[in-house]
Amino acid sequence: MFKPPFIKSLLLSALLAAPAAQAATAYVSNEKDNTLSVIDLDTLEVTKTIDVGERPRGIALSKDKTKLYICASDSDTVQVMDLATHKILNNLPSGEDPEQFSLHPDNRRLYISNEDDALVTVVDTESHEVLAQIEVGVEPEGMAVSPDGKWAVNTSETTSMLHWIDTETHELVDNTLVDQRPRHVEFTKEGDILWASSEIGGTVSVITVADRQIIKKLNFKIRGVHPDKIQPVGVKLSADGKYAFVALGPSNHVAVVDAKSYEVLDYLLVGRRVWHMEFTPDQKYLLTTNGVSGDVSVIDVADMKVIKSIKVGRYPWGVVTLD
Amino acid sequence: MMKTLPRLLAAAVTSLPLIAHSAALEINIGYVGFEPDHGPVLSNILPEPADAGLKGAELGINDNNTTGRFLKQHYTLHSVSTEQPTEVVSAAIRLYDQGVRLFVLNLTAEQLTAVERELPDDVLLINSGSQDNRLRTQACVPGMLHTIPSRAMLTDALAQWLASKRWNRWLIIEGNQNDDQLYAASLERSAKRMGAKVIERKQWDFDTDLRRTAQKELPPFTQTDEYDVVVVADERGDFGEYVPYNTWYPRPVVGTQGMSPVAWHRVVEAWGAAQLQSRFEKLADRWMNSRDYASWAGVRTLGEAVTQTRSSDPAELQRFILSDKFQLGGFKGRKLDYRGWSGQLRQPIPLVHPRALVSQSPQEGYLHPKTDLDTLGFDASESQCSVKGDA
Repeated sequence: MFKPPFIKSLLLSALLAAPAAQAATAYVSNEKDNTLSVIDLDTLEVTKTIDVGERPRGIALSKDKTKLYICASDSDTVQVMDLATHKILNNLPSGEDPEQFSLHPDNRRLYISNEDDALVTVVDTESHEVLAQIEVGVEPEGMAVSPDGKWAVNTSETTSMLHWIDTETHELVDNTLVDQRPRHVEFTKEGDILWASSEIGGTVSVITVADRQIIKKLNFKIRGVHPDKIQPVGVKLSADGKYAFVALGPSNHVAVVDAKSYEVLDYLLVGRRVWHMEFTPDQKYLLTTNGVSGDVSVIDVADMKVIKSIKVGRYPWGVVTLD
Repeated sequence: MMKTLPRLLAAAVTSLPLIAHSAALEINIGYVGFEPDHGPVLSNILPEPADAGLKGAELGINDNNTTGRFLKQHYTLHSVSTEQPTEVVSAAIRLYDQGVRLFVLNLTAEQLTAVERELPDDVLLINSGSQDNRLRTQACVPGMLHTIPSRAMLTDALAQWLASKRWNRWLIIEGNQNDDQLYAASLERSAKRMGAKVIERKQWDFDTDLRRTAQKELPPFTQTDEYDVVVVADERGDFGEYVPYNTWYPRPVVGTQGMSPVAWHRVVEAWGAAQLQSRFEKLADRWMNSRDYASWAGVRTLGEAVTQTRSSDPAELQRFILSDKFQLGGFKGRKLDYRGWSGQLRQPIPLVHPRALVSQSPQEGYLHPKTDLDTLGFDASESQCSVKGDA
């Protein structure tokens, strides 16, 4: 079908009124294509597709944003990609079936969930040594390190627990039982509160870090959607502390939550089976990975509206953004 | 190594009589499996594993223990498998006498009834073996839960899918075993519910060796008034494998062979199932089947209830399992729970052919005031059971 190109560019320039000096970029892992899609965040178009290891899922940036870590689950490794050249620099000994991970604020220790082995592996990203392996519950998945670097928290899906790992001793010191199939954990910027999603339980637990107790459990209800299809996975907190966004999986919606009152404000319709999310560096947009529809939805945070969907590879899973 | 080996052996061979570890909550789960000889079948190239069910229970124990480690709970499986029907009840009694109160039973309907009758009341019994519809309707076993889907759940799942394809004219072919006739009867009930028409119901009782003559025998056997689909009821897999591609009309084959409704199959991989499959294959060195899944779900049900109640008391566990607080992550895309009337585990039913998932029922558009999962099998009004009332 013929589309006059100028209309599209007019629209886009209207949307992106503030011109950036250098294009910000998003990287999206495509689980069933063994690729990453690179999205130009000015034009909101895919500019490049990069071949990586098998079944790429979790991806994360180094603190200096020069490297990208990629969980290549079926290659049983974490790949390290140089973002300037898009070349794989080396593979880290991740343990089997790495799925998600989180980088310690020291920019060295990477905490990796080994989904098939009920382990968390800690790898030194510089020496490439395995520093520790910690036994956790069945199917470890979500992983987050607290902003002060004191805690590494892992979720185990079948055990339905958050495992609190002391990063000094690499001992498991506490467990918090949450609803079925916890998928993702996210610390607030201050590090006092932890948000944890339960995919099959259909809830998000808000937990105080000091005592590891649940202070609030969020429920979701979308008109015309069966409650069983509301399956919280990804959680992202806006930098201004106002909002939490919760990706609700096969309900194809993202919930907007008031991060102070914990009230659900709105549900935004995105692509099919939405799992993970990331803000653009300017916090203007939130990108969501929609596995079944194979695209990325772009949410305008100020307007709370979905403004675009960008076709990527098959089963997009993780997303990161950088300037 | 030398130090731990004897202890491990001891645990594997004779963990009875049961001795409670200090401080930790010890949970003993009994598993009784009936592994019948299915007699000579024509299609015996890929036999069913003899330990179907047992391996699922073992994986469930492993999963429970990984969780239990963090809660000071320890689970032990005490399993007895036999091919002698007469040994089933005495095995269950023996386990009871040794202190076991929680049971996962991979048995026939008659054996389940007998076990319940012979055991005292302070037990929790989970059926992971019998798909008999009568256990969910009239022949209710007091207090019993069922993790394996009833035949009606399977045939309803199939019928919904056939209705969504508008393949409404069925030819039913059944084997000569009692189980085949029960499956065929369940198909007739589902056909009626979904508005399908059974063109003819024929019994396969030829005794030729179909491996040699399927091409000659089956086309005339399936030459009836025209149908949209051939539905096979051959639970033990005697002749059914030879029906696809040998029908008189060029029509698909579904039921116990061809495309089948199942509790579980290797091809189920979504919703985290890939992880369950790979854990199972590591343990058992084979694929996980419906019986393994049902026994796994039984042991995991007990584990979830113990985790939440911190108790191993059968009555307290049963109350919790039948309450609205119970939820089981079953790798089927939604949380699973139990029907308060029949004690049946609600669950989606995958429709599979040997190499791929075709669909999963309930199909879209089959609505129910409570949950669309209750469009599969017997709803409260169709059942005389009241397991919640028994508790």
